[in-house]
Amino acid sequence: MFYRECGVLKETYRQDMAIFPIPLDRWGLGVMLVLAFLVIPFTASDYWLSSIMLPFYCFSLAALGLNFLTGYAGQVSIGHAAFMAVGAYSSLILYGRYGVPLPLSILGGGIFASAAGTIFGIPSLRIKGFYLAVSTLAAQFIIEWVLTHWQWVSGGVFGTVDAPDMYIFGWLIDTPVKKYYLVLCVLILLTVFGKNLVRGQLGRNWTAIRDMDVAAEIIGVSLFRNKLIAFAVSSFYAGVAGSLITFTYYLAANIEEFNLFLSFHLLGMIIIGGMGTVLGSFFGAGFMTLLPIFINQTLLTIMERVPSDIRANSEAIVFGGLIVFFLIVEPYGMARLWQTIKEKMRLWPFPY
Amino acid sequence: MNKKREPLLRVEDISITFGRLKALNGVSLEVYPGEVMAIIGPNGAGKTTMLNVINGVYTPDEGRIFFEGMERPLKMKPHHVAAMGISRTFQNLALFRGMTTLGNILVGRSQKMHSNFFSQGIYWGMSEKEEVEHREAVEWIIDFLEIENIRKQPAGMLPYGLQKRVELGRALAAEPKLLLLDEPMAGMNLEEKEDIARFVLDANEELNYTIALIEHDMGVVMDICDRIVVLDFGNKIAEGTPEEIKANPKVIQAYLGTAGG
Ligand SMILES: Nc1ncnc2c1ncn2[C@@H]1O[C@H](COP(=O)(O)OP(=O)(O)O)[C@@H](O)[C@H]1O
Ligand SMILES: [Mg+2]
Repeated sequence: MFYRECGVLKETYRQDMAIFPIPLDRWGLGVMLVLAFLVIPFTASDYWLSSIMLPFYCFSLAALGLNFLTGYAGQVSIGHAAFMAVGAYSSLILYGRYGVPLPLSILGGGIFASAAGTIFGIPSLRIKGFYLAVSTLAAQFIIEWVLTHWQWVSGGVFGTVDAPDMYIFGWLIDTPVKKYYLVLCVLILLTVFGKNLVRGQLGRNWTAIRDMDVAAEIIGVSLFRNKLIAFAVSSFYAGVAGSLITFTYYLAANIEEFNLFLSFHLLGMIIIGGMGTVLGSFFGAGFMTLLPIFINQTLLTIMERVPSDIRANSEAIVFGGLIVFFLIVEPYGMARLWQTIKEKMRLWPFPY
Repeated sequence: MNKKREPLLRVEDISITFGRLKALNGVSLEVYPGEVMAIIGPNGAGKTTMLNVINGVYTPDEGRIFFEGMERPLKMKPHHVAAMGISRTFQNLALFRGMTTLGNILVGRSQKMHSNFFSQGIYWGMSEKEEVEHREAVEWIIDFLEIENIRKQPAGMLPYGLQKRVELGRALAAEPKLLLLDEPMAGMNLEEKEDIARFVLDANEELNYTIALIEHDMGVVMDICDRIVVLDFGNKIAEGTPEEIKANPKVIQAYLGTAGG
C-alpha cells in the first residue's frame, strides 16, 4: 500500500473536494489521532505530557492562527504574542474573577484577543509589508504596556494574574492527562474548523489577496472585509492558545511570557514549518518545542569543549540559521519537504 | 446591429491627470449590450487607464459614468464595481500565483458565494453544497477554455499563454454583464492568438457576453470586433466600424506617428 493518486478514481467533485481526498492521507491522519488520543496519554511520562506536549499543542494553535494571517492572507504580524496575552489575561479574569464557566472563559479569551487583533489590523487596509509589520509591533508594545500598567487587570501585583484550578461542570482538571485531553480537544476542533476555512471561499480570498491584492479586489474580493476577518480569526486562535497555555502550563498570566521574542518565535515557526499550510504550523511548533530540549540534552553533552557562551546561544544560532535556510532554500518550509517526499511516492511505481 | 439601443456602459467626458500628465482628456465612450467593442491606440494612449477608471481603481477628476442606464458615483470600491457585474483581465499577468488553476477561477466566483463564516468553518452541509455547485460551474469554464489538464497545477508555474487563458477563465467565472479584457493576446504567438480570439467570439456569440477589449494586433481587432474606439494621448480621435477606422486618416497618422518615433 503506497501513497498514490493513481488507481484512485474520484467519481464526484464532492469526493475530490473532501478534506483529505487521498486515502493514505486519511490513514495517516487516523494513525496520528490514535497516537494523540490513545497512545501518548498512556505512555508518555507526566513530564513529557505537561512540559512538552502541552506547550507543543498550544504553540501549534497559535502558529496556526498566525499562519492564517501571514501564510495565507500575506499580512505580517509581529504582535501575535500580545494577542495571546490578551486571551490569557481576559480568560483568567473572566473565569477567576467573574465566575464564567471555563469553556466560555476560554472562548471569551479568544473573542477579546480577536477584538484587539481586529483593531490593530485596521492599518493593514492602508499599509502593507514592512510598514504593517511596524504597526503590529506597536500592538505588541501597547498591549504589553496596558497589561502591566492598568491595575484593574491584575487587581494586585502588576502584570500577573494567577490561574485558579480548572473545573468543567464541577469536574476538576488537575492531572497532566486531563489537561492534555482538554488542550487536544480544543486544538482538534479549531484545526478542523480552520482547515475548512482555508480550503473554502475565505481561504481562497486570503490567498488571492496575498498573491495579487489589486487584481483580487477588481475581481470582487473585498480587501477590507477579508483582511479584517484574517486579523480577527488569527488573533482569536492566538487568544485561545494564550488562554490554554496559561491555564495548563504557565499557571499564571505573566506578561514576560508573551513578549516580543515569542512573536518572533511564532513567525519562525511558520517559516520553518511552512507558510500557508495547516500542517506546517504543527511542524514548526513541534520543531521549536523540541529543538531546545534536543540541544540541551543531546548536543551539549557531545560538544563539551565548545565555549560556554556559544553553547548558551546555540539555540538561537540553530534557530536563526534554520530560518535563513528555509527562507532561501525552501520558502514553503518543512511542510513542502514533506509534500515532496509524498509526491515522489505518489505516482509510484510509475515515475516519469 | 441596432446602435440606437441603450448602452450597457456609458462614460462621459472622463478626465484624469497624473501629476502634470493628462492621461484622459474628456473621453466619452459607450459599450452596447451584446457587442464586442475594441479600444485601440498607441502605447500610453490611456487605454488601461480608462479600464481602471471603469473598475474604480482610479477616480477621475471629471466626468460621469452610467451603467445599465443608472449613474454611478465616480469614486467606487473596485469590488463594488465587480458586484455590479463588471469583470476584468489584466495587461500584465495578474493570476494568484500560489493557487491552482481551479482556485484562481473559483476566486472569480467569490461575488456569487454567500455561505457565512461559520458554515464555511463547519463545511459539512450548506457550505459543501455551495462549493460543489460552484466547482461544477468552474469545471464548465475549464472545459470551455480547454484547460482540463492543468486544473490542479499552480498558476504561477504555467506558461505565459496559458496564464492569460486562465485569467480569462477567472473573469468569465464571475458571469459578468460586461467583460473588460486588457490586451488578452499580447505577447502570444499566432496559434495562441487564434485560440483566444475564438474563445472571445464564442463567449460573445454563444454565451452572449458583452465585451470591451484592448488589443494592438489590428488584424485580430478587425476580425472580431463590431466597433472600435481609438485613443491617442488621452483623446478620443475616432470611433466606428472596423472599415471606417481602417480608412480614417487621423488613425493612420497616429499609428504611423508612433511607429516613426
Ligand atoms: N498610476 C499612474 N501614475 C502615473 N502615471 C500613470 C499611472 N497610470 C498610467 N499613467 C500614465 O498614463 C498614461 C496612459 O497609460 P495607460 O493607460 O497605461 O496607457 P495604455 O494606453 O498603453 O494602456 C501613460 O503615460 C502612463 O505612464
Ligand atoms: Mg495598457
